[in-house]
Amino acid sequence: MLDQPFASDLPATGTAAAVVRFAGDSGDGIQTLGSEFTKSSALAGHGFMTFPDFPAEIRAPAGTTFGVSAFQIQIGGDAVKTHGDTVDVLVALNPAALKTNLPSLRPGGLLLIDTDAFNKRGLEKAGYETNPLEDGSLDDYRVEAIEISRLTREAALADGRAEAGVTKKDADKARNFWALGLVYWMFEQDRSATAAWLGTKFGKRPEIAAANVAALDAGHTYGDVTDMAPPTRLRTLAAAQPKPGTYKTLTGIDGIVLGLTAASALSGLRLHYCSYPITPASAILHGLAKLEGEGVATFQAEDEIAAATAAIGASFAGGLGVTGTSGPGMALKAEALGLAAAAELPLIVVDVQRAGPSTGMPTKVEQADLNMALKGRHGEAPLPVFAAAGPGDSFDTVLEAARVATTFMTPVILLSDAYTANAAEPWRLPDVDAMADIAINRDIDPEGFHPFRRDQDTLARAWAVPGMPGLAHRLGGIERSAGSGHISYDPDNHQEMTDLRAAKLDRIRDFLPAAKIETGDDAGRVLVVGWGSTRGVLKSTVEELNAEGHAVGHMHLRNLSPLPRGLEETFGLFDSIVVAELNSGQLLDELRARFPHIPFRGLNKVTGQPFTVAEIDAALREDF
Amino acid sequence: MNVMNPDIVAPEADTTTPLTARDFTSDQEVRWCPGCGDYAILKAVRATLADVGRRPEDVVFVSGIGCAARFPYYLASYGFHTIHGRAPAVATGVKMANPDLDVWVVGGDGDFLSIGGNHLMHALRRNVDLNLLMPNNAVYGLTKGQYSPASATGMRSPSSPGGSVEAPVNAAMLALGAGARFVARSADTLQDHLPGVLKAAHANRGTSFVEILQNCVVFNDGAFDAVKDKATGAERTIRVEHGKPLIFGANADKGIHVDWATGTARVVPVGDGAAADEVTVHDQTNLALATILARMEGPDLPVALGVVYHAPGASFTDLREDDPTRTMDRAGLSRLLSAGKTWTVS
Repeated sequence: MLDQPFASDLPATGTAAAVVRFAGDSGDGIQTLGSEFTKSSALAGHGFMTFPDFPAEIRAPAGTTFGVSAFQIQIGGDAVKTHGDTVDVLVALNPAALKTNLPSLRPGGLLLIDTDAFNKRGLEKAGYETNPLEDGSLDDYRVEAIEISRLTREAALADGRAEAGVTKKDADKARNFWALGLVYWMFEQDRSATAAWLGTKFGKRPEIAAANVAALDAGHTYGDVTDMAPPTRLRTLAAAQPKPGTYKTLTGIDGIVLGLTAASALSGLRLHYCSYPITPASAILHGLAKLEGEGVATFQAEDEIAAATAAIGASFAGGLGVTGTSGPGMALKAEALGLAAAAELPLIVVDVQRAGPSTGMPTKVEQADLNMALKGRHGEAPLPVFAAAGPGDSFDTVLEAARVATTFMTPVILLSDAYTANAAEPWRLPDVDAMADIAINRDIDPEGFHPFRRDQDTLARAWAVPGMPGLAHRLGGIERSAGSGHISYDPDNHQEMTDLRAAKLDRIRDFLPAAKIETGDDAGRVLVVGWGSTRGVLKSTVEELNAEGHAVGHMHLRNLSPLPRGLEETFGLFDSIVVAELNSGQLLDELRARFPHIPFRGLNKVTGQPFTVAEIDAALREDF
Repeated sequence: MNVMNPDIVAPEADTTTPLTARDFTSDQEVRWCPGCGDYAILKAVRATLADVGRRPEDVVFVSGIGCAARFPYYLASYGFHTIHGRAPAVATGVKMANPDLDVWVVGGDGDFLSIGGNHLMHALRRNVDLNLLMPNNAVYGLTKGQYSPASATGMRSPSSPGGSVEAPVNAAMLALGAGARFVARSADTLQDHLPGVLKAAHANRGTSFVEILQNCVVFNDGAFDAVKDKATGAERTIRVEHGKPLIFGANADKGIHVDWATGTARVVPVGDGAAADEVTVHDQTNLALATILARMEGPDLPVALGVVYHAPGASFTDLREDDPTRTMDRAGLSRLLSAGKTWTVS
């Protein structure tokens, strides 16, 4: 486990990491606090990983437990790869937030509470029979109970701001920034970036901006002037020591947005992102819609099917067709993916997985669409399926998907999930000049042309597009003759085309990198295999076990179809293999089917929450 | 933007020789039932394509599923035979990717009015520059004769042995309700009429919806005979033309008078002794008149053929802000990546 930041015997610097969780009502601006604290942490040079944890309801009734929104961040040095198992500092702006988030706070952790919100009404709404500030239930924690609302009002309305039009209601809305100011003080962080952001945010109402900045400053000053001296004040945290370069904060959604845009720039194909609103994938549409006017086209379709088929139409006409959705929408696109597979058109299909089935828990994480991505089509329509392992990896995975889609003329499914989509981490900007082109071959000889004439290396068919003279052709879902491209019901031809579609996956396997151990030992006691958003937690756990001297390795699969070369050889170098995933064993089943002689063991969780280091650690130790 | 990669030297398009229907005829054998109305529609479409003169490589036919959806195979243009009902959405994507293309969508009443009703509605309200041709045979042909959303109430079919209890869709009314700016109607065998309607549809820059009454010789034979028959057709239909009085009948002795107070139409006599000013003049830009004409389904009133409504408006791809030929480049990508709050580690 990482060092505890409050231990008084720690040196003044070098504490590895701390975990902070902000919690409050969904109208309290908790996600804003989180993103501001993330930005300041990044500017202070820390490594970080964030975890926004919010309800699906836009504005649940105020003060209720189901309306609580939370944001967790781990900050520190290079070892930070997860948002942290347990919380060191919990900011609870109301009783409901305390009730729902207290289980995450470690014993001895710091609890920052706005006592003004702990009135009779607030306690009743949260379902508290007695006031937890008075009944001894918080004795295991270091409680800082402060009249934050009152102090915020005093600060926000002072210096003539009340006269300038700042109301008590305006002042009350600033109490989250008072809390943030105090947290900045605890971590010795500069609050000027947040003050500047407030100035921009409330640019048209400078008195409101000033009231919020006053609250921010007051919170910070509170730390200085009260007896919150050490040990409450945190030790200076380690800074990360990343590779030289320019960095920015990147969420998984950002990674997909930038990755798709990069795929367009590197291929010269105009991006056509076609989507229908669905949580949590909608944010991709929002991100790309802002780039209309810069060579990116977005289309908010009338439904998921239209989104998929419009993207297919765009690809048919020579664009880079992309459609994005989450689980239920993926189900609706299934028929269209059969067409794209039969027509052998390049297409990227993004599925930001969420907890299901059906509406399930739309803002919560799950990796349970893997079976659907691998197999959820009519007929035999094998498609590449790739998974993004984190925000930065989303960018790289999108580029790989685009490269495979256009090189091999195939749809590619890209899996993200509700965790990766919203989590943020520092990301080193890639060198655009050093990025390889995505080559598009439109140099097609009309002599003897037919649309299913193939490149013998990739098995890709020729991508002639409307507007090109001499190459007019008809595509469609009806089976095609491998030799002429005309429709064909010939039995042997269907066998041949089915085999060709499968063989294309083998060519893609040869094109993609071989399996490798990502973290830890290349051989030994236990290998943990994961995919998608679990990478950070698996890596952290394995690094800690390695540090204790255990021979443990970690393999993380980006390519789930086709599976990479060399898997079997690598599996053979470990005594036991644990397949960790946020479903009931979908990759596990796939691996068991492929390698029936290897005794895989599943580590599975379907709670809508990510794995913790403690869970992985305990599971791997079973095999020591 | 015919060819998107400037490195490729495409064969020169021959733009000098006038096109004929043969230039739009593919080498594929047509596989509709003998006597199917689709043959006549195909003939009219080929003639229209030659007439309007877009090069075959700049023309795209998109279709869904059904008998009519086989259209693309028989045309020597680009073509995409897609999935049931979704052709308008596919075509929207095609048009977005290359607005210069001349995009046509062909689908039957099952394709457009049933499984694809949603996409029809949204293509129409967006006014995507597509020519939607809907051969309406009021039956599911390819799946062997089930009643369709356009079938008459009471139709007996394998899936309605006791007679359908459902009310049929009036396609033109549906299109008008969805915000269509071009709605026309014709029939398969009216070769003196259909090509003109298709040409007008092509000329409209926006979604053009053309219902083509079509005979299914196997499963719904004769459904529109009264409308198309030479003997009865003149009495049972009216060919509307913008700016001309609404007159019909073999002897041009009947007219349509619209009572604007009640929004209803009635037949009035025309000719000797009749008050000529009682006949309403067709104004294809008048939505109220179009609605009244679209609703005329007999037997008291003739079925309206021709351009029922045409109110030109900016098309979807014209209205989109972005230059459709523009693609993000490396310089733009660099700017985008470094936008927002960044920090440097040295």
